[in-house]
Amino acid sequence: MNDPRRAANTAGHETAAPEPLLSVRELSVRFLMPGGRHVAAVNGVSFDLAAGECLALVGESGCGKSVLAAALLGLLPGNARTRGAAWLGPAGDRLDVLTAGEATLARTVRGRRVGLIPQSPAAHLTPVRTVRAQLEETVRELRGTGRAALRAAAEAAAARAAFPTDHLDRYPHQLSGGLAQRAATALALVADAPLLIADEPTTGLDRDLVDRTVGELRRHADNGHGLLVITHDLAAAERVADRIAVMYAGRIVELTDAAPFFGSPGPRHPYARGLLAALPERDFAPIPGLPPELDALPDGCAFAPRCDRATDRCAVLPDLTGGVACHHAPKAAHA
Amino acid sequence: MLELSHITAGYTPRAPVVRDLSLTVADGEALGLLGPSGCGKSTLARVAALLHRPYAGTVVLAGEPVRGFRFRAPRARRTLVGVVFQQPRLAADPRLTLRALIADPARATGRFTELADRADALADAVGLGGDLLRRRPPEVSDGQLQRACLARALLLRPRLLICDEMTAMLDASTTAALVAVVEDYRREHDAALLAVGHDRVLLNRWCDSVREFPTTP
Repeated sequence: MNDPRRAANTAGHETAAPEPLLSVRELSVRFLMPGGRHVAAVNGVSFDLAAGECLALVGESGCGKSVLAAALLGLLPGNARTRGAAWLGPAGDRLDVLTAGEATLARTVRGRRVGLIPQSPAAHLTPVRTVRAQLEETVRELRGTGRAALRAAAEAAAARAAFPTDHLDRYPHQLSGGLAQRAATALALVADAPLLIADEPTTGLDRDLVDRTVGELRRHADNGHGLLVITHDLAAAERVADRIAVMYAGRIVELTDAAPFFGSPGPRHPYARGLLAALPERDFAPIPGLPPELDALPDGCAFAPRCDRATDRCAVLPDLTGGVACHHAPKAAHA
Repeated sequence: MLELSHITAGYTPRAPVVRDLSLTVADGEALGLLGPSGCGKSTLARVAALLHRPYAGTVVLAGEPVRGFRFRAPRARRTLVGVVFQQPRLAADPRLTLRALIADPARATGRFTELADRADALADAVGLGGDLLRRRPPEVSDGQLQRACLARALLLRPRLLICDEMTAMLDASTTAALVAVVEDYRREHDAALLAVGHDRVLLNRWCDSVREFPTTP
């Protein structure tokens, strides 16, 4: 069930595995730059996400995580070129968000089928209007609630994200980081979108707030939402995720269940192992070197120049097989 | 190295953010200051770096009481302290290349030629090289920019380094790399460190001692 390829073959006539909410297949995003350069931000990414499940996408800054999220919402800038597919919804009624037109995305996808919990909520909210005004507008637009019921509906929406009612008449700059986060989450939850994408939801929050935010995200997954969390914070990922996808230089290098990844036997890709070992509660040892620039990716394994196991075989790009993309990965103990 | 006594500081006199706080960092000591967002720890770090004048209290830096803050502080006093801020984007002039950014304190103090080799050595120590040094801040990632900001803070060989949430926006590997650079520098120059942050695990691992904010008397 971890193997995206197997899921790909059976998509459309599922047997045991739950119907995926989102199936991403061989998604690539390239940016055309002045002077004919290309920046390959996302390369051949495939994964599935089911309802009630949380997938955490982890990796260093600049590895393509946020570009992937923007692609799933159709929010890429004009110089981006995509390949592959990102199917949203069950097999009978699915929509490829990469090829859908702007009108379809605006009227049926954003907010309605996919909710975004943004990276810096304070910047996401409109600074000149109160939280109540923004919630009421969203409720009216997405659910068509009439004026009489609007106030109660907005308060109910705030309550679902645990946003305190007595703070509804405040402006975004009057909110703390945690409350701004909840306001943005409330907006994302208004239309009951089955899929939620949280882009770096814990950046800049202190540890207590991280724990609370992560607990709330987990609760949304337990309530049946599919949740894609994009983060560089491994501690937060460990607390929220059912599965982990490790991204390096635009590729998923390891896709596995969270429990064996953080516990025993641990990550199988050398990059993922290095990332975990760098945590202060573990070895606190950095991975040597810097990640490659996305406009000059090597032909082979992008991690090979920083890897202590690199051999001649690494000149060939490894496929993601059995949940890990490495020529030297140990066999999965639980497979 | 640094003695803050009974500091009261903030941005409106009636509601100071920091009230009557005292703290000492010994020569060569690494002190972690731990507290939640918005508790005033960054304000205290700015006072310690002579970047913000407190309403009350005294600051003693390297054995001498501080009389002027910001531009009123003599250069020799200001350059005793190196600061790394939380957000490298806000702390870096977007027009400078990373090489010029790292060497900027040398240019500002008229020691550009004298310190040119040191700038190159520091760029190397923080893992920046080649093409990256010719780029400007918008063309590099947060992690790469924070590496440059750390090199800049170490250029004039400060005796006290203040890291205000230096690693809050960085991934685990970059965090470990930057902390290793700071610790190498401290071993070599016997410098003191005041690390401000909210990550208890990190500060416990990094510092000799960790204090909660606000400190109870």
